[in-house]
Amino acid sequence: MGTSRSDRVHDVVVVGAGPAGLAAAGRAAALGADVALVDGAAVPGGQYWRQPADDALAGSVASLHHGLARYRRLVERVRGIEAAGGWFPRHQVWTVTREEGTFVVLAITGTGAEEREVGIRGRRLVLAPGAYDRQVPFPGWDLPGVMTAGGVQALLKGHAVTAGRRVVVAGTGPFLLPVAAGLAESGATVAGVHEAASPLAWGRHIGAVVRNVAKLGEGAGYVRTLARHRVPVRTRSVVVAAHGEQVLERLTVARLAADGSVLPGSRTTVAADVLAVGWGFTPQLELPMALGCATRVDVDGSLVCTVDDQQRSSVEGVFVAGEACGIGGADLAVVEGEIAGAAAAGTPLTDRRLLRRRLALRRFAAAMHAAHPVPTGWIDRLTEDTVVCRCEEVTVGRLRSALPLGADDARSAKLLARPGMGWCQGRVCGYAVSCVMSAWTGVPPSPVSIAARSVASPLRLGTVAATEDPSSAAES
Amino acid sequence: MTEQSFTFDGRPVAFRSGQSLGAALTAAGVRSWRTTRADGRPRGLFCGIGVCFDCLLVVDGRPNERACLQPAAAGMQVESQEGTGHGHLEV
Repeated sequence: MGTSRSDRVHDVVVVGAGPAGLAAAGRAAALGADVALVDGAAVPGGQYWRQPADDALAGSVASLHHGLARYRRLVERVRGIEAAGGWFPRHQVWTVTREEGTFVVLAITGTGAEEREVGIRGRRLVLAPGAYDRQVPFPGWDLPGVMTAGGVQALLKGHAVTAGRRVVVAGTGPFLLPVAAGLAESGATVAGVHEAASPLAWGRHIGAVVRNVAKLGEGAGYVRTLARHRVPVRTRSVVVAAHGEQVLERLTVARLAADGSVLPGSRTTVAADVLAVGWGFTPQLELPMALGCATRVDVDGSLVCTVDDQQRSSVEGVFVAGEACGIGGADLAVVEGEIAGAAAAGTPLTDRRLLRRRLALRRFAAAMHAAHPVPTGWIDRLTEDTVVCRCEEVTVGRLRSALPLGADDARSAKLLARPGMGWCQGRVCGYAVSCVMSAWTGVPPSPVSIAARSVASPLRLGTVAATEDPSSAAES
Repeated sequence: MTEQSFTFDGRPVAFRSGQSLGAALTAAGVRSWRTTRADGRPRGLFCGIGVCFDCLLVVDGRPNERACLQPAAAGMQVESQEGTGHGHLEV
């Protein structure tokens, strides 16, 4: 296995073909830039507009998508990039390096014996890596059948498969509604939606909400769908435990008091073969952090990239757009992508309407985060044998045993008890370990230490070994 | 619709073009296809998008493939994975 590197140097390399990356690539190309667009999936769309890898399959899930006309317009705009040999599907980017004043995006493509590394060069970068579901542990969450809300949605949108026959949707945030509605429309029985937030929580942010009336309409549509299917929607309600021998069979749900604790006597049991759970999203920051882009902690507690009004990061030539700048949804991601693409192409947008739209959408996102916090009570509901790190099978008890050894934050706990040392590199448990350690020790959480990873996507050692030294590659 | 199949632990599982192994197994009612290294606990799909590595299985003899990302192909020999997936190397 070797590395293939083209001598071609693109004006702009866009990493990620979700809403932000698609918008950035299309805008940059429309302004005359030679653009490369790189994505791990076979078809553009990202997680939000996730598309099946096959046309027949795509036809059977088209009705589930929101804003599909807009998606098609964005895809149409990147056709020229594909025709010019700049579209790199099924390329999993694992890191970005610099060589002689250019950036080199290193990606793995192919499987098994066909696996190889490809280097794609560019003068400027737009990083649109997206996000994945944020999770917190609870007793039984490692049973098969407990899935992330995003994973359940990916099965449906990307593969036309309902994750289960009888599904409970739980956690917090507006994303739970389309997941539940999609399942109900596709024939699954949705046994309940359990939203931890109070229905009154949005009331304090009415200004941000009225400037984004379309979003209310979208949410109301999902609520109507759920009502039509007689799906019970409970607020201030939470799944506190999952039960089953080898797979998920039952869930314990409970009502939450205002302080995030469970109301006494409110626990009930619900039969389910799948739980779709999510507590907001975690941005994927490996690539911007590998390049040294400055970060900040957003209102939802996530580490995000610091960008200016042209989506410029702190690193010259590197632009960041979408969820990596703060979780805000597909509409905001598209706006940020348009701005980043134009700036990366060397023609910054002067359209003040777009800049105002970004501000309104960011305010909406801030209101959403304030209305849908992760209720703190989850830490009190952990038992000593609850798994925290799924990869290394680190339980609460084992994590606690690191305290007398001197562990006082997620990073020292990782070294002493191994949470975050496994396959996923703490992507799933990092937030939770950080919160639990902070609750135990009083030391504030450090989102930087749990987000820093040298490899954005795991790869085989042989692939790295086969990579040419950048300096010798430049000479040859 | 074209129906094709791969084998999972020796029995045929149908899939539609474009589906991942994880999606096809889920559609066939299979929930779990891996046991953990330490406690031998069952695992299946969790994140569904390639982040968590819970859904690892053995594809044509290669262990540690992510079922959620690996496209299903006709004639593939897919097996559930125990622990590291390298048990056959143990002496």
